[in-house]
Amino acid sequence: MALDNKNNEFKVIGSTPNRPDGLDKVTGRARFGADISVPGMLHGAVVRSPHAHAKIVKIDASKALAMKGVKAVITRADFPEGLEGEDWNLQENAMAGEKALYDGHAVAAVAATSPLAARDAAKLIEVEYEVLLHVTDVDEAMKDGAPAIREGAADYSVPEGLHPNVVRFFDTGMGDLDKGFAEADLVVERSYTTEAAHQGYIEPHACLGQMGADGRGELWCCTQGHWFIRRMSTAVLGVETTNIRVTPSEIGGGFGGKTTITIEPLSLALSRKAGGAPVKMVMNRGEVLRATGPTSSASMDIKMGMTKDGKITAAHGTFRMQGGAFPGAPVDVTTMLAFANYTIENVHHIGYDVITNRPKQAAYRAPGAPMAAFAVESTVDEMCRTLGLDPIETRLKNASRDGTRSTFGPKFGPVGLVESLEAARDHANYKMPLGPNQGRGVASGYWMNWGGETSASVAMSEDGTVTVSVGTPDIGGSRASMALMAAEAFGIAYENVRVNISDTGALGVNEPTHGSRATYASGLATIKAAEECITKMCKRAADKWGIDADAVIWEDGSAKPSGPNAGEFDPLSIGEICAEMGETGGPISGHYEGSPTGFSGSFGTHVVDVEIDPETGHTTVLRYLVVQDAGKAIHPAYVEGQFQGGAAQGIGWALNEEYIYGEDGRLQNPVFLDYRIPVASDLPMIDTVIVEVPNPGHPYGVRGVGETGITPPLPALANAIADATGLRMRGLPMTPPKILAALKAQKNG
Amino acid sequence: MVEINLWSGLRRFADGKDKVEVSGKTVGEILDDLVARYPGMAPVIKAGVSISVDGEIIPTGRREPVKEDSEVFLLQRLKGG
Repeated sequence: MALDNKNNEFKVIGSTPNRPDGLDKVTGRARFGADISVPGMLHGAVVRSPHAHAKIVKIDASKALAMKGVKAVITRADFPEGLEGEDWNLQENAMAGEKALYDGHAVAAVAATSPLAARDAAKLIEVEYEVLLHVTDVDEAMKDGAPAIREGAADYSVPEGLHPNVVRFFDTGMGDLDKGFAEADLVVERSYTTEAAHQGYIEPHACLGQMGADGRGELWCCTQGHWFIRRMSTAVLGVETTNIRVTPSEIGGGFGGKTTITIEPLSLALSRKAGGAPVKMVMNRGEVLRATGPTSSASMDIKMGMTKDGKITAAHGTFRMQGGAFPGAPVDVTTMLAFANYTIENVHHIGYDVITNRPKQAAYRAPGAPMAAFAVESTVDEMCRTLGLDPIETRLKNASRDGTRSTFGPKFGPVGLVESLEAARDHANYKMPLGPNQGRGVASGYWMNWGGETSASVAMSEDGTVTVSVGTPDIGGSRASMALMAAEAFGIAYENVRVNISDTGALGVNEPTHGSRATYASGLATIKAAEECITKMCKRAADKWGIDADAVIWEDGSAKPSGPNAGEFDPLSIGEICAEMGETGGPISGHYEGSPTGFSGSFGTHVVDVEIDPETGHTTVLRYLVVQDAGKAIHPAYVEGQFQGGAAQGIGWALNEEYIYGEDGRLQNPVFLDYRIPVASDLPMIDTVIVEVPNPGHPYGVRGVGETGITPPLPALANAIADATGLRMRGLPMTPPKILAALKAQKNG
Repeated sequence: MVEINLWSGLRRFADGKDKVEVSGKTVGEILDDLVARYPGMAPVIKAGVSISVDGEIIPTGRREPVKEDSEVFLLQRLKGG
């Protein structure tokens, strides 16, 4: 669906008003997942496997059930049988069946009258395990002799002869690799690894579920997508979708990790078994890290060819990614987007989705893209250094742009990679002199964005103010963006628009706030629904004036005759029309339902300066620049926030964050003290430049901006460290001990 | 007829071809005809694909129009965070 371009002379778009939820959040009035409480509710706790891989021989809950205050215990026996495909995966992940598949896998749950009683009761549930061989490393899981985690899990795509832990296989490319590599003056072939990193949202998962014996009920939860939660939870429980109404709370971060179910179906199942009493469940941080999805870890081989003057002639990538004990590692995206920054005639990608004894991976900001960017952008940087080429000029020489064919097939439309590279090159940060042990790194990244199923409503109030109802939870300030777009469409003040996140009973199906789609898709829906209201208000004015509706235009919040031939009438303001709507035909509202396809990807370029402490191997990030294409920045401050947030998470992934598994297959660092995300004192002020190459597929030119920002930091940091030390780090995270060891090895020759 | 570009891993389901011709005027019709001509493609389509028509990526819409001279690519189903 191509939408008309508007000759944009914006009045409120591009301003930076306070977010409508700001006061509630700073005063503590905002209600997050764990803030939901109702009279008579019970509290749930989960029994989790202490083993990476074990057969569940027996579960004895008799002691727990005999405890005062305990109202229900559930195991897999309380869930329906016969599910297939991803529904089975979701059910198996929510509650283990015959085997526990990873450290932290839920094997039983209990509901009691207090949180303490529930936790005590969980300790009384006796589980007998038969421990099995395990594997947590992606390369090990593919080797002969590795324990097969689930025979028969592979889909149609996997060729014969691969290990049963390989469950999906991708092979895509174009051109003639042999010819391309023969044309190169330099061919570089390198291997890289990245570790699993968690989304690290501040708010742990929390929900309150209530379901009666008739299978009907309600669920309140923190989520990025409550229609997804409804569909997944009801599928796992074997009840019809509309039986459960899901209401989202405010959300303290998600980054992809709250697009799927964890404890939600457990609270509903416990409630049903406890006679319909509501059951509240709140994860602690250890549960979040052990049992909810981090992103995949990856092992990658890259081969690229380049001429002396910097033309990339060929590229080949092999990507092995583990997504925990279930299919779903984002290797499909990895293989598609790995070389997307560049116009390369001869390119090939191979991808393996591998299962291991780790938690089921979940989406994490540009899922799959940062790993490939680390490998590819590191290789490009190494080639530039070898050939004595400027990294930005070399990227400009090969950059994807309007009309070039992407490495995944289709041609690009208008995109902003060239503009982001030029802005980075011209920025003061790129010219700052560097001192001893300091280095500069550059990398670019891409995310292709998303449309998705979208439903929204706009309703006029009697005083001419406006209520917008959307189905995409507000994580990064989207209510402000929706209000700005509605205000722009109506020609009214931002303050005259209220935006609600509706529950599943109030709108048609909405995909989650994922894929950087909310501002694009819900924004487009808001504008379209507002335009329907405007059409109706013009009709009301036309009826009052006794002229044809086509002779009425809408300007600056009022209906006006379109010209002298339409007659001479004073404009009717939005307030005047709405004040009379009860007598002129009843309520006025507008709707949009659709799956918009005019989304367009966002390119970005990052420049980072670091200083390496030769005594400790510690990396200090001296300055950091994000340049990214937003299409049109609806609320520039929140766009900058997305840029900075992506960079901060990428810096953590590059330098510190990792899932560490012991020989026993258990997670060794399930607390934030040991799983170290960056804190404010670790980071400099992150500078931003917003590039605006309008997306022709959105009325105001919007592109999603949420995900691209996490893609370049991984290679940008590696490239900066290489510049500072001469060391090429090819495994993440680049922790001080690893850098120190590499420095020592370098010193010793 | 409409030409669909397949990703190379699908050649084994399409008689070794990476481009196939099918008939249809919508995304749904060309996908249905693709499966009719190459039954090995059925699990691929069932598992979910995205399709690019003249550079516009259509995640799920079977009713989106396709012209005979459209440039069509079958892509892996995408999702984001």
